[in-house]
Amino acid sequence: MTRRTTLALGAFPAAFLALFFVWPVASIIATGLVRGGFAAVGRVLGDGHLAGVVWFTVWQAAVSTILTIVVALPATWVLSRFDVPGRSLMRAATTIPFVMPTVVVATAFLALLGPTGLLGVDLQGTVWIVLAAHVFFNLAVVVRLVGGVWAHLDPRLEDAGRSLGASPWSVFHRVTLPLLRPALAAAASIVFLFSLTSFGTVLILGSPRLATVEVEIYRRSALLLDLPAASILAILQMIGVIGALIAYSRYQERHSVEQALRPAGETARRPRSRREWSLVVGILGATGAFVAGPLGILVWRSFTVTGGFGLDAYRALANGEVVSVGTAAGNSIGFAMAATLLALAVGMPAAVLVAAKRGRLSRWFDTLLMLPLGTSAVTIGFGFVVALDWPVDLRASIILVPIAHALVAAPFVFRSALPVLRTIRGSLRDAAATLGAGPGRVWREVDLPIVARVGAVGAAFAFAVSLGEFGATLFLARPGSPTIPIAIYRFLGRPGALNLGRATALSVVLMIITAAAVGVVERLRPPGPGLF
Amino acid sequence: MRRLIIAAVAAALVAASCSRSTESSVTVVAHDFFAVSQDVLDQFTNETGIEVTILLGGDAGLIVNQAVLTAGNPVGDLLFGVDTTLLSRALDADVFDPYVSPVGGVVPPEYRADGVTAIDVGDVCINYDPAAFDPGVPPPATLADLTDPRYAGMLVVEDPSISSPGLAFLLSTIVEFGDEGAYTWRDYWADLRANGVVVAPDWGTAYYGRFSGAGGDLPMVVSYSTSPDAEVAFADPPITSPTTAVMTDGCFRQVEYAGVLRGAAHPQAARAFIDFMLGLPFQQDVPGQMFVYPVRPDAVLPDWFGAPPITPNRLDPAVIEANRDRWVAEWLDVVLR
Repeated sequence: MTRRTTLALGAFPAAFLALFFVWPVASIIATGLVRGGFAAVGRVLGDGHLAGVVWFTVWQAAVSTILTIVVALPATWVLSRFDVPGRSLMRAATTIPFVMPTVVVATAFLALLGPTGLLGVDLQGTVWIVLAAHVFFNLAVVVRLVGGVWAHLDPRLEDAGRSLGASPWSVFHRVTLPLLRPALAAAASIVFLFSLTSFGTVLILGSPRLATVEVEIYRRSALLLDLPAASILAILQMIGVIGALIAYSRYQERHSVEQALRPAGETARRPRSRREWSLVVGILGATGAFVAGPLGILVWRSFTVTGGFGLDAYRALANGEVVSVGTAAGNSIGFAMAATLLALAVGMPAAVLVAAKRGRLSRWFDTLLMLPLGTSAVTIGFGFVVALDWPVDLRASIILVPIAHALVAAPFVFRSALPVLRTIRGSLRDAAATLGAGPGRVWREVDLPIVARVGAVGAAFAFAVSLGEFGATLFLARPGSPTIPIAIYRFLGRPGALNLGRATALSVVLMIITAAAVGVVERLRPPGPGLF
Repeated sequence: MRRLIIAAVAAALVAASCSRSTESSVTVVAHDFFAVSQDVLDQFTNETGIEVTILLGGDAGLIVNQAVLTAGNPVGDLLFGVDTTLLSRALDADVFDPYVSPVGGVVPPEYRADGVTAIDVGDVCINYDPAAFDPGVPPPATLADLTDPRYAGMLVVEDPSISSPGLAFLLSTIVEFGDEGAYTWRDYWADLRANGVVVAPDWGTAYYGRFSGAGGDLPMVVSYSTSPDAEVAFADPPITSPTTAVMTDGCFRQVEYAGVLRGAAHPQAARAFIDFMLGLPFQQDVPGQMFVYPVRPDAVLPDWFGAPPITPNRLDPAVIEANRDRWVAEWLDVVLR
């Protein structure tokens, strides 16, 4: 890759991150530190409860990550390797939890496992319900990122292993797993960051005694305005996140394996035996029940919230009082489109660049791109407010909404592309070059088809992230009418059965829009034979 | 594609910078629960020729903190939604350009504050669900009753370190039981804790998640004095009288203020809007839109809106500011740790 190409690829992502992430976050942290001075550092670090909060934050994130992978892997296997009816429906369904606002999902979890829970056990305030919710939210990350590679693994590798007499477990352990490892690590890194900075889930399900660093940052920024303490906590959070990301990035470089990917249609097959059928159906059924439980509660509530069974909540929502549902949906979709384009413009060139170059610079770029996911929404929101008034005052501009969404979405684009791009065989490029293709042509013929396809996976993700984004949006001074998650928040802040009804009905609307939108975005993936 | 995005961003930048230079507009910054009828806003624009843009951003604490962070270089022209518990913080940080409205005389003297204008008042009160009490047990009448074992495990409150009504209720108990003496508010909360008080993070979780009057399992919740009326206004099928009730003892009065932000691009328009907020059209729109009381005693209330409690607890904003962090920290120690 020439210097010019490097610059051309890196310029936009670097400028975007510098302007809308590094500068705002540095400004707000500096403001906090200047106000508080060293006294604040001592006060925060001397707080005996802080060590407990930090410890809880880290271990619950680690356990959430492991549990998510364990729960998601069987379903990922079935969804990417088997051609069974309802496969794409199921894949879309696992995406819905990922998009639902945490406030809404948390109330659904309380309805199942809370004080008056349907399942008869009260887990409110315990770590168990927090872990369950994190698994529920993040299932999609594993299904999509790992499935994106698994669906394209050459089945002949596994067949070869099996015909040499290896047991299914040993084939998985020694052939499949090593090939999936980069994608698994990518998914794990995202799940870890999401759980590490978990806010609404921990606040509602874990309160009053469980708190993450993120909850503490909010506590200090919201009513107490202890900005120095919030800044120090934000730095602490960031140091942890950077450490985790660098470790990840080294791991990723060391373990990516070049391989030939196959078209998904070629790798998926019908289950062969009765035993395989029952395994496949069992896995899909169990995962489906786990996803459908909380979502089903929400749908049920939207019909029953005002007393008997009926459409009252939807009628109340449709009358447009407080918030027009059409406008909110329009806003959400419009912002999601803008945020997706931005996230692609940031994430794809960055992924191509990082995949092609190794070394320290590339690792730092990688880390920087992921950092917004691990940064508290309060820090980013307040950062925008203190920093973005120059050279033009953007602080009250509507474009900050898609920009904030793109910051959170770009890491998904980047992470879904990187593991795949790293697997492109150098020999393919060499072959093309030997056959007389110039560097541009090689890129067009070999890399581009793959880039376009992983771009589609990333776009679906980015779209979903933007539809569900709540935290960073809340902290912006937003003109005009709200997005769906913000509208739900506003309904939930008002008394009266109809307002609760509107909030639940609007959550169901969000579910439907998500499923439809993700389906459409996936269909947009470019056709053509390509490599896979 | 990238070029397209750059062009779009550039266009938005130009649009953002142009909108500031016109004199015939005003930008109101408010919390997410601010609401006003469109026809009332149109009336303002028709009378003054000033277009109104409303920026919403989180809850009261967040918008005040944003204003403190941008003091002198504000995001909008006026801020609505600074309440009693946050007012001193905003005044100390020099957030406002002091303004005394010529129509300010309609505000009762007890609500007037330096440099800002009171717009509405609301009371944070315990709500209860009469149907959830056993026939032999009358609902509690005073804050002190709540430590009675007969009411054990029946009350849900919001965490005052996170929730604005939670903080208001804590302040109410501080007024009631005092910070010093034989039995302080700390002793009271220790007794509440022993009596099984439940702590929820925010109003929505407490009210919709736990209060039996809204589908939960606990008969008492910290909410607003107007919540039972709102339950009537937002019921389907319609009901004629409230099914929940307010305990009139131990309410805390919160006043919401509006002020011109220092460094505003349109200070004249901002002042005009504050005057308008004190006018009857806006004042009479307040109950139906925000479920609080208009600050003007002569504003006509909707007939479904009940009368406020007679003697709510009040506390000077300066006293709140001087002690809030310590009180909240002590509360965390007494109740949660």
